Amino acid sequence: MSTVVHEFTDKVPRWSPYVTPVVLAEATPEQLDAMQVTPSNKKISDYVLTLAHDPESLKVRSPLFNAIMYGKGGLSSAERELGATAASIVNRCVYCAAVHASRFNALTKCTDVIEEIFARGLDAELEEHQQAIFDFAAKLSKTPSEAAADDIAKLADLGLSKVEILDLILSAAIFGWANRLMHTLGEPVRD
Amino acid sequence: MKHRLVVIASQAAWERMRMSSPHLIETLSGAGSGLAGVLAERAEILGLSQAAHDAVLLPLAPGGISHVERAALAARMASANADAALAEHYRELLRQAGESPALLAFAEGAGPAADTDARLRAIIRHVDLVTLSPRDTTKADIAALAAAGLSEPDIVRLAELIAFVNYQARVIAGLRLLGAIA
Repeated sequence: MSTVVHEFTDKVPRWSPYVTPVVLAEATPEQLDAMQVTPSNKKISDYVLTLAHDPESLKVRSPLFNAIMYGKGGLSSAERELGATAASIVNRCVYCAAVHASRFNALTKCTDVIEEIFARGLDAELEEHQQAIFDFAAKLSKTPSEAAADDIAKLADLGLSKVEILDLILSAAIFGWANRLMHTLGEPVRD
Repeated sequence: MKHRLVVIASQAAWERMRMSSPHLIETLSGAGSGLAGVLAERAEILGLSQAAHDAVLLPLAPGGISHVERAALAARMASANADAALAEHYRELLRQAGESPALLAFAEGAGPAADTDARLRAIIRHVDLVTLSPRDTTKADIAALAAAGLSEPDIVRLAELIAFVNYQARVIAGLRLLGAIA
């Protein structure tokens, strides 16, 4: 019997869809093509099989997501994960927060930052550099965005280049997308 | 026959829209020459973002959510994100698709009318909820879409449309701020 996970955690749960995923054996050539863009093409996740109901979107979404989160140069991987985590806190996507907080922990070899964020949410107190990144990404994740000129100026003052700031905008924004799929089309569970 | 001609004319318009605005995000964010170099470094991402726009607004296989409905819902979401320029872009798509007074009202943020059918009523409710407060979405909200007659593929198509427009609005909002200090 599985139980739904409601609290933020860095132990990645299983994602259980609310709609019936595409059955791999019955997938159309277009659906198969869209699903192959993902890193793992032997074992297709329920998430990807669910999104395969709209293969035109999935085919573009996967390379876009990978380019934003894992593209070379610019903002560090850990800081992109911090932006993703901030968006996931605002949108309360427990699954996305778990995946990206655990990646942040693995990259930084430290768990204090995520512990503080999970304990205090948007009131988390972090060191200056991480605080500016977290706050900007969280404000950009509101509807409408609450990010202001001061927030960007703070990032620039702390030494982030324009490309790094753009990467932060993109990594927060792509979770405005991902959270709205993951958190609305299914839920995190423990088996 | 007359109806058929109208369909062909509007398909031609959609084809033109798919080919146009290759740099929608740059255009709408007003990113000037100060950001040209930065945007060039992320050209692949901007190109994929435009392809995603076409995939959710102008899909070749729209399923049960028509192009005209998609444009109206996108305009509504752009307005919820306080982005007048993005909302105008989607109203232009809506005009090209052959808007109806009802859809234009929804595009501009009006609530469902007395004669709005249950399907569209459920779609509008979901678009507003997931745009404004995705954290409050639950399993019951997906069940409500199914109960209003949406197929499972259409529920996923709607989710991708909502998710994309909310992504795009944030990229544009961020670029406007970045452009101001560039």
